[in-house]
Amino acid sequence: MQWESSEARFQEKIDQEIKIEPKDWMPEKYRQTLIRQISQHAHSECVGMLPEANWITRAPSLRRKAILIAKVQDEAGHGLYLYSAAETLGISRDEMYDQLHSGKAKYSSIFNYPTLTWADMGAIGWLVDGAAIMNQVPLCRTSYGPYARAMVRICKEESFHQRQGFELLLHLSKGNEAQRRMCQDAINRWWWPSIMMFGPTDDASPNTQQSMKWKIKRFTNDELRQKFIDVCAEQVKFLGMTLPDPDLKWNEERGHYDFGTINWEEFWQVIGGNGPCNQQRLDTRKKAWEEGAWVREAAAAYAEKKKARTPVQQIA
Amino acid sequence: MSQTMIQYEGKIAQIVQEDPMLQFLLYAGDNALITGHRCSEWCGHGPILEQDIAISNIALDYIGAARNFYQLAATRIQAKDPSLEVTEDTLAYLRDAWDFKNLLIAELPNGDWAQTTIRVYFISSFQWLFYQQLTQSSDADVAAIAEKTLKEVKYHLRWSREWVIRLGDGTEESAKRLRQALTFLWPFTGEAFKEASYETATSSATTIQLAKLHELWKQELQEVFAEAGLEVPTQQAFQSGGKTGKHTEYLGYILAEMQFLQRAYPGASW
Repeated sequence: MQWESSEARFQEKIDQEIKIEPKDWMPEKYRQTLIRQISQHAHSECVGMLPEANWITRAPSLRRKAILIAKVQDEAGHGLYLYSAAETLGISRDEMYDQLHSGKAKYSSIFNYPTLTWADMGAIGWLVDGAAIMNQVPLCRTSYGPYARAMVRICKEESFHQRQGFELLLHLSKGNEAQRRMCQDAINRWWWPSIMMFGPTDDASPNTQQSMKWKIKRFTNDELRQKFIDVCAEQVKFLGMTLPDPDLKWNEERGHYDFGTINWEEFWQVIGGNGPCNQQRLDTRKKAWEEGAWVREAAAAYAEKKKARTPVQQIA
Repeated sequence: MSQTMIQYEGKIAQIVQEDPMLQFLLYAGDNALITGHRCSEWCGHGPILEQDIAISNIALDYIGAARNFYQLAATRIQAKDPSLEVTEDTLAYLRDAWDFKNLLIAELPNGDWAQTTIRVYFISSFQWLFYQQLTQSSDADVAAIAEKTLKEVKYHLRWSREWVIRLGDGTEESAKRLRQALTFLWPFTGEAFKEASYETATSSATTIQLAKLHELWKQELQEVFAEAGLEVPTQQAFQSGGKTGKHTEYLGYILAEMQFLQRAYPGASW
């Protein structure tokens, strides 16, 4: 009986748009769903550093280099806020890392695609960060307080990244022939994986219903995907480039762009570990973690020694 | 933004060749760029997420300092011959290794976290003294850059000093790794204090007295090494050459990577 009333009170709060805070009662499944979603998001930020960091040492101007370093550093910062938000739900950062390294926890599949040319830095900003923002802006109002607050800050930085990415592509689009080709090629490679970022279609997304009821999610995958496609179909015109979808066309009746069939086979393959860079990304994260073990041990040992020594020094 | 980048060879190189202050600016800029490049290699690969952010931040500071020095040099080169189009990127991306003047210690590989942090310590402890003196320069532009950079170097020094002490006084393994890093890097720690001809020629304007800096630097080292449980090596730090363009084999690879797009697509604007 008591459990039922807790659950009812919880849902009442949600319905009244009152934020759930770490010490509040919450259904175990709500907690688990959030841990899964927030940690997955945090891992995406950290793994997502790799494809872009890949171009830091090769950035073609000092200005672009500085922008890129700052951007990748922002992503590490986002990872940090998100791990902290997840920790309020009773899981440690080390446990989350273990889940990432063992393959139990996922991260956004988009980062399993390679960054092959400089134009990819622009395409990631415009399309990948753009898709991320579509997903994330509604999360600023998500029902769990610490997550919502982390997202407010993240969204501000992400929208800045998106504008930088678009500006990079715009510059290439006005450049020489090779640069224009590079620009189109990057859009061609990143377009479909970007629209897959919204996840499976609504009828194939088992968690959506419950997440909507708990107001963790506010819009369905298909709603957000459509919104993103509508925006990009217009923006690409400013670049004088095209999106690689022959079926993309404005549908007056729906008030939206129609688009071609997504290759879900590819989507599930990449999620299942068979994308072009899955192994590479995970190995890189594991290597950094394992090779950093002695550093973390040294830092912990030093902190202990310092703590033990402090009272003695005070007496002296 | 859209101007075509021209080659460094020829007129620009000649102007630099004739002006020791320009050489000094490139020396300061190159140290910052190459140190920043090495630090940036850690981005995404750090041992602790917070430290990944810290070292990327340091990289960003160094790239920023390099840009300040290069922009000043570029402006002055252009003032001597307004027909030349020279930017910070001409200086970073279109010079070959022999024209780079950075200290050898900046270009050595990162190695592990011990080698990386003690390298940043060696460089920033020198720079902390170097930029303090440079703020007194009679060249107002140079003094202003030094003032700005000094604030950043203060943080780099504090951060790297803490890591040297932490690793030296951490575990047996961290102390061992730190000693190995010290042995590897020590021969390269003397070059900063060997005066290049452009330093001699500009010393009245920069106010930099390397002999005095060297004394102060040795004191700094004594204190920090004592706390880290490290011995200050007694052998001479004999490696040098970077300041006058004679580098290790490592620099060529740094530049091959860094300059790739500018070299592959000559004249393109990014």
